[in-house]
Amino acid sequence: MPTSGVLEPDAGSATAPALRDRLDDILDDHHALLGLYRDLAVLRRIDEQCLAMARQGALALWAPIAGQEAVLVGAARAAERHDHLFISYREALMAALRGVPPEQVLPMWRGSALGGWDPDEYGITNPAIIVGAHGLHAAGYAMAAALDGSQDRAIAFFGDGATSQGDLNEALNFAATTTAPVVFFCTNNQFAISVPVAQQTAVQPAQRAHGFGIPSLRVDGNDVLAVLAATRTATAHVRAGGGPYFVEAVTYRLGPHTTNDDPTRYRSAAELEAWRARDPVERMRRFLADSGLLTDADADEVRNAADDAAQRYRTACAELPEPDAAGIFEHVYAAPHPLIDEERRAYADYLASLGGAATPAGPAGPSTGKEVPR
Amino acid sequence: MALAPAIGAGLRRALEDDERVVIMGEDLGRLGGVFRVTDGLQKDFGERRVIDTPLAESGIIGTAFGMALRGKRPVCEIQFDGFVYPAFDQIVTQVAKIHNRTRGLVRMPLTIRIPFGGGIGAVEHHSESPEAYFAHTAGIRVVSPATPSDGYWMTRQAIAAPDPVIVFEPKRRYWEKAPVDFSTPPPEPLGGARLTDLGNGDAAATIVTYGALVSTAVEAAETAAPECGVEIIDLRSLSPIDFDTIEASVRRTGRLVVAHEAPVFMGLGAEIAARITERCFYRLEAPVTRVGGFHTPYPAARAESHYVPGVDRILDALDQVLAQ
Repeated sequence: MPTSGVLEPDAGSATAPALRDRLDDILDDHHALLGLYRDLAVLRRIDEQCLAMARQGALALWAPIAGQEAVLVGAARAAERHDHLFISYREALMAALRGVPPEQVLPMWRGSALGGWDPDEYGITNPAIIVGAHGLHAAGYAMAAALDGSQDRAIAFFGDGATSQGDLNEALNFAATTTAPVVFFCTNNQFAISVPVAQQTAVQPAQRAHGFGIPSLRVDGNDVLAVLAATRTATAHVRAGGGPYFVEAVTYRLGPHTTNDDPTRYRSAAELEAWRARDPVERMRRFLADSGLLTDADADEVRNAADDAAQRYRTACAELPEPDAAGIFEHVYAAPHPLIDEERRAYADYLASLGGAATPAGPAGPSTGKEVPR
Repeated sequence: MALAPAIGAGLRRALEDDERVVIMGEDLGRLGGVFRVTDGLQKDFGERRVIDTPLAESGIIGTAFGMALRGKRPVCEIQFDGFVYPAFDQIVTQVAKIHNRTRGLVRMPLTIRIPFGGGIGAVEHHSESPEAYFAHTAGIRVVSPATPSDGYWMTRQAIAAPDPVIVFEPKRRYWEKAPVDFSTPPPEPLGGARLTDLGNGDAAATIVTYGALVSTAVEAAETAAPECGVEIIDLRSLSPIDFDTIEASVRRTGRLVVAHEAPVFMGLGAEIAARITERCFYRLEAPVTRVGGFHTPYPAARAESHYVPGVDRILDALDQVLAQ
């Protein structure tokens, strides 16, 4: 399948009229275009900040998104507020685009909590670490929405590696056979940690959808306008009762899989440079500049917004409370549970037996271990 | 009423009482389930609430998880015990954890029904007792009704519970009958065990068991009765376990046999033996003794009588604890 885009890598002209038609309201709106660029630049800076914090030990782990910002921004801005987003760890900063504050985004990365925010409040799940598991959750959510006669939709975001998982394939099948209003959004960033996509799937992910009876679109994932248009195409399709839709955004992870990874072991400098030339943030900047839509004042404003956001993340991280021992016994069950009560009491007694030095034995601090989420 | 229709009646009542309840699984609509537990439910409540799913266990649990996120109260059926493993990941990494991961913001009121255990002459994967895998995981409750009354009431309680509950239904008791009082729930809460007083006077031993082995244990106790009184505890809940009820009985009898069909090694019996030993070491007259399946695959049907504990093996275990 061809890869559809709007922005040329080196210029700003449209190449896919069908996608362009989805952008009529935006292409003539300076404010909207600038907003997309601001989102891209802000995510780039937050990502840099989080990577730095992980290198400094303030975060236990970080999964960088550099190179994939257009996917997050384009898809999140195409979704409507009542659409429920089911994300994986690479889309964690999509939560920021949904208004989740830094102090709720960061705890899982710092290691001070397993999750952070209320999924219902922001319409976005906490990131799934088992890749593909949440594809089923999105399908089920959409099935329930359809049963209720609601117009709400679900969008599941996952990588090319997840398309190998049984759960993702079961999700496609459940959604297709129930015509559930769910968009399956595959970010093909070329690698599942170190394994290239060609070793993951013998055909393009977007083509695989057809075997389930699901229409699909393959789009340039480094082109924020193309991603936005493709996501609009997909959400319109599912809302119209057409059943699920599959989008494959072709992009590239410029950094490592996580802060524990060494990408020089599995890909070449030349390949990396070729993709750097397609940098999604720079492409949008150039499009705006070439179109005369980016004044110096605009550029300054965007730079300041990005710096402010990054600073908010650093400050929020420093202010995150350390978890205490009592917390690990909380919220295991919604109803009272005698075993939890017994263990909580016994551990409290043990801590009390230590006398004045009864510092709850929480995690020792940010882990630098080898645990790598897939 | 027999156990299977009693569970079906519990499901029917839950569908009537709560619009959010949906039932989903393989073959449970048109067919009414391979054991007919859901017989007639799709006809009366429609395909939108009694859903025949594709043949995919992980898909059933995973989509039910998503439906629960949207406010439904799904009741999933896994057709047979040995078929739950494809859904294991969804159950232990997703269903069990979402409440904790969201610091209590999300509830997962999901019910998973699993016919379990042997004794029906079935082929491979149709006779297993995988309950320990799930009891080992925090965040889910595991229960097992042994009687038609519990089948009805525990089904309703499981569906009404705010936590995910796995209900292991003893399939070889599906057609055994006993009275069901539909108006009054049993006095034991969902997590509570039941002490059966056999009226044998002062009991010299306690048998703890659950599921299909409850009536086997009763038969063993009746056989032993002339020589020795036995208190029988139907565990009912496998996670949490009502250790208080077991402890109280063992403090009276001083001797404990734990019987289950699941393999003895790393089974629930090990946990019960350890905890009861901690709680009443000085009251025990003999080591806690366990009766159960072997550390082998569940055998071919024509050999299963050697694997599933019967009356004689429970009596042998009673002899062992009484000899000390």
